[in-house]
Amino acid sequence: MIHAEGVRKRFGTTEALRGVDLDVPRGSVCGLLGPNGAGKTTMVRVLTTLLRPDGGSARVAGCDVVGDAERLRYRIGLAGQHAAVDELLTGRRNLELFGRLYHLPRRTARRRAEELLERFGLTEAANRPVRTYSGGMRRRLDLAASLIVSPPVLFMDEPTTGLDPRSRLALWDELRALVAEGTTLLLTTQYLDEADHLADRIAVMDAGRVVAAGSPSALKAKVGGDRVSIAFRDAADLAPGVEAVRGVLAGEPEIDAAERRLVVPVSDGAASLVRVAAALDAAGVGVEDLGLRRPTLDEVFLALTDAPAREKEAA
Amino acid sequence: MITVEPPATRAERLRWALSDTFVIAGRSYSQLRAQPGQIAAELVAPVIMTVLFGYVFGSAISLPGGGDYRNYLMPGIFMQVMALSAVAAATSVAEDMARGIIDRFRAQPIARGALLAGRSLADLSKDWLSLAMMAVCGLLIAGWRPRGTPLETLAGFALLALFGYAMIWLGTYIGLFVKNGAQADAATFGWLFPMTFLANAFVPLEGLPGWLRAIADWNPMSAVVSAARELFGNPRSAAASWPLQHPVTASLCWSLLIIAVFAPLAVRRYRTAASR
Repeated sequence: MIHAEGVRKRFGTTEALRGVDLDVPRGSVCGLLGPNGAGKTTMVRVLTTLLRPDGGSARVAGCDVVGDAERLRYRIGLAGQHAAVDELLTGRRNLELFGRLYHLPRRTARRRAEELLERFGLTEAANRPVRTYSGGMRRRLDLAASLIVSPPVLFMDEPTTGLDPRSRLALWDELRALVAEGTTLLLTTQYLDEADHLADRIAVMDAGRVVAAGSPSALKAKVGGDRVSIAFRDAADLAPGVEAVRGVLAGEPEIDAAERRLVVPVSDGAASLVRVAAALDAAGVGVEDLGLRRPTLDEVFLALTDAPAREKEAA
Repeated sequence: MITVEPPATRAERLRWALSDTFVIAGRSYSQLRAQPGQIAAELVAPVIMTVLFGYVFGSAISLPGGGDYRNYLMPGIFMQVMALSAVAAATSVAEDMARGIIDRFRAQPIARGALLAGRSLADLSKDWLSLAMMAVCGLLIAGWRPRGTPLETLAGFALLALFGYAMIWLGTYIGLFVKNGAQADAATFGWLFPMTFLANAFVPLEGLPGWLRAIADWNPMSAVVSAARELFGNPRSAAASWPLQHPVTASLCWSLLIIAVFAPLAVRRYRTAASR
């Protein structure tokens, strides 16, 4: 549904996009993840026809972003970083206005506004000016405005930035429902849990390139597999504990004496955990905490984007 | 499920471009209705100027050719209100950019140019409203009386409104470059307001030093004021330069020139402008 090849964009001397490839199948969710300045927003702006790429090509919903921009605009919805709605007008008037600009007949625009207000729980606030809305309500209205023509492809640029946790969860539910109805969604985010919860595939961007792409679990596997982590009760437990663990696990343990902690990479996950628990119990070692850890997307993110190295390079 | 296809024929494309323009103008109209005090608030300053110049400074100004200073002043005030319509235009377009509304419009299949055209038309009708309100103020406060025929008076206001329309396009263009409303205000009001004084709006130009007088003579604002004075039959001072000897032609030329330059520039800028 979204297909980009070697998209490049330069602003003055800054290369914002240095050949981005992206492939998002119909009905799936792609999370574009990356630090500030990685080029996520620029990529979204290219795909939504707001920016003309300097090189490469991109198609969205079967339309070329340069050659067929007008047709494309009827098939996408965009919710940017701001809640892009008119503060002075009422929620209803905003939706009617945007509907009319999609060239819906007046009556259809009105009916569509009504439907969307209902769907996003804004019917009661419909006749109030938007400046009286809460942040969450504004976001919902903004999302509603991007759904006026039932777009097959929806772009959301950092949709939950600045939202409280409850509004954030509510928005996630809304997005999941849209995807269940068949919408293809591309969202950019700095929140790894957001990408983890919503996205089928994640593309990690850094310095204008996609540095890694795949399902969340594949990306985690890339950084390393599961690990067993043990915290001992006393410093005295450490030595016999390490001994016991070495007896049942092949991996080389990583020892943090000050924290009385031990981490061992394992290949067979839960089974290793059971063997370790039995061995520690048999050795009579005091254990405070024992668990199987999977790498978080945060670790993936830091490993892949390597921000400190880049800062060094810049300095 | 709602889907829309792009226009198939040239006629339909034109119809949609017109529809877009009116929908956008309708938005400005709704905004105005949402804050009915806005126009009145914008006119507080010119009313104060009318009183300040008409009764305070004006008491020390005598026109070289004779005539009533307050009747001389009002066309200057009208012009100043029109000149400063650039400020409101710049501010509102900059605010729309900062809020990302321009991005939303640009990601929608809106006819090229319709957004700015719609806004400019709405601003123009606002200018007419301001002129009407200021005319009433002039009649009541300053004892201003147009002495031309009704048609000439109407032509005078039309010429002022045309200048206002030119300034709306200038302001729109500037507004597309700045980051927010406050910057837009500084980038327009900051030089336009002093420039209204470097003209014959408030004082006759006879007393100015030569170089300053040359600037004031060729200031488009002077031509507009002179043209309005001529059409309203209000006192005028002696005209030494071509624009002030042919003020109606000169002000028409100035206004059309400004529109011809800044309207296309603004539309071009709008298509590539990024929200920040």
